[in-house]
This record gives sequence, C-alpha cells and structure tokens, in this order.
Amino acid sequence: MSTPAAVEPRTAPTTVPVPVVSLRGLLPYWIFAGIVLMLAIYFVGAEEGATSVFAGSNVHELVHDARHLLGFPCH
Amino acid sequence: MMRTLLVRGMLAGLLAGVLAFLWAHLVGEPPVRAAIAVEEAAAAKTAVTGAAEEAPAITRSTQETWGLGVGVVLFSVAIGGFLALVFAMVYGRVGVLRARGTVLAICAIGFVAIVLAPLTKYPANPPAVGSGDTIDERTGFFFVLVMIALAAAVAAVRLGRQLAPRIGAGNALAAAVLLFVVLIGVAHVALPAQNEVRAGFPPQVLWDFRLANLGTQAILWSALAFGFGLAAEAAVEGRPLLARRGAGERATVPSR
Ligand SMILES: [Zn+2]
Repeated sequence: MSTPAAVEPRTAPTTVPVPVVSLRGLLPYWIFAGIVLMLAIYFVGAEEGATSVFAGSNVHELVHDARHLLGFPCH
Repeated sequence: MMRTLLVRGMLAGLLAGVLAFLWAHLVGEPPVRAAIAVEEAAAAKTAVTGAAEEAPAITRSTQETWGLGVGVVLFSVAIGGFLALVFAMVYGRVGVLRARGTVLAICAIGFVAIVLAPLTKYPANPPAVGSGDTIDERTGFFFVLVMIALAAAVAAVRLGRQLAPRIGAGNALAAAVLLFVVLIGVAHVALPAQNEVRAGFPPQVLWDFRLANLGTQAILWSALAFGFGLAAEAAVEGRPLLARRGAGERATVPSR
C-alpha cells in the first residue's frame, strides 16, 4: 500500500525562490537600461534647472508641474 | 527573462503613472494655481509699468495637463524600470520572499529612501516659493540626500540579513529600521537647511501642496508595487502577463 505519489502540486511550490537572472546576464541591462532610465528621471527632475543639456527652457516648462508635484526642487 | 521583467516593470510604471497623474492633476493643481496667483499678485505690486512679461511658449493649461502627465508618467516608467532591475538582482539572492513580497519590499524601501527621507528635510515647494538663485545648491543637496538614503537602505538591509539568523527576523527588522533612521537623522543634521518659503505665503496652500506631493508619490509607488508584483510573479512562474494562475500548465512555453 503506497500513497499516491507524484501528485502535481496544485499550489505554488514552497521552495525557496531561486534567482531568475544571472548577475552576469544582468550587467548589460543595468548599464544600458540604467543610463536611459536615469536620463528620463534627469529630464523630469532637473533639466534646465540646475543643469542644462538643451538650450532654452522648453523641457523645463513642459514637465514643470510634474517636477514640483513629484517633489523635486524647482523654483 | 530580464527583457520580460524590464518591459513589465515599465508597463506597471505606465499604469501607476497615469493614476498618480490623475491625483496630481485633481488634487495637486489647485494649490499650484493658488501659489502662482500669490506670486503674480506680489509681482504686480512691484512691477515696473511697461515691463510686460513675454508670453511663455508653453501655456499654463498645457503644463497642468499634458506637461504634468508626460512628466509624472515618464518618471513613473523610469522608476518601474529600475524596480525590475533591482527585482532581478535581489530575487532569490537577498531574502526568502517570493516574487510579490520581494516587489512589495523593494517598493516600500524605495518609497522611504527616495521620497520620505528627502522630503522630511527638503519638503516639496509649490511654484513661486523658491528663489531661482539657489536652485543649483537646492538640487544638489536634494540628490545628495537621495543617494545617502539609498546607501543607508542598502546598509540597513545588509545589517538585517546578518542579524536575522542570530536574533530572529522581527528583531533584525527593528535593528535595520533603527540603523536607517539614525543614518538619515545624521544626514539631516549634517546637510544645510534650505528654507525657501517667504514670510506671508499662505500656510494652507503650502500644506495642501505638500500633501498633494506626498499623495502623488504614495499612489505611484503603491500602484507600482501592486502592478509589478502581479507581473513579476507571472514572469517568475513563466506565465504570460494576462494568463491566469495555473494557465502555465497548459501553455508551457518557456519565457524569454
Ligand atoms: Zn518651478
């Protein structure tokens, strides 16, 4: 008499989670995506305020209210 | 897998950004308008006659709608992307939390380090409050404080991990929180004060604006935790984004 073996687990397995991406595989994503994402935050948070990449103030003026309401220093 | 996580993180950021924008527009714009009215009233008193302001290229109504939306959503998408990168780095490595718990923990720590720790020293100000002359140093100190808070959060997590096997998870969490609070307290004392609010500015407008700022960020981070929590769980289990739990048994296509 044996208990029915190999019952497919219906619920998620209770094992300890294992990494899904190797650190080596992660590195290029951190570098390239990290730079692009930092640039996005920079344009919303600081462009044409303390520092400026584009001449003029159109980027600053466009995202101006977002900058204030997200809590970045503005004017 | 990383590409899937990154796309889903940014998608969750997009949705969270739309929700945060709605709040910012409905709750945040009234105090912004009030602050600008205060500024214009003060400017009208001191203005030299004939020195008319040149018309801005971007109107106020564009700033309050599309501009606000673009800014909040762009920021939120970027935070969602970083959330995915951090998730991939710590999941299965730093703790024993499953996907949703890991996402929730990252978002809670991120909100405290990126939003709460800086704003308790340098609270958000509505337009018209600050001086244009000090924007360089205000921006600098603000980002320095964000960096210190992120470093303090990493230090706190490390301490918690080291202590957990010896003194238990609850005590280790308390010790980690204590370390974080002490480090942030030292940073707050060490960094220079920036009081930009001029005498006579209506305090209620300031209060409403700062609450709107906190609400915008709270909605953004909590919606991100919810959305990416589900999306990351699905990714880890190899499910497509819109499939229900268990659907992976039928469709066992490995994820990218
Ligand atoms: Zn401003």
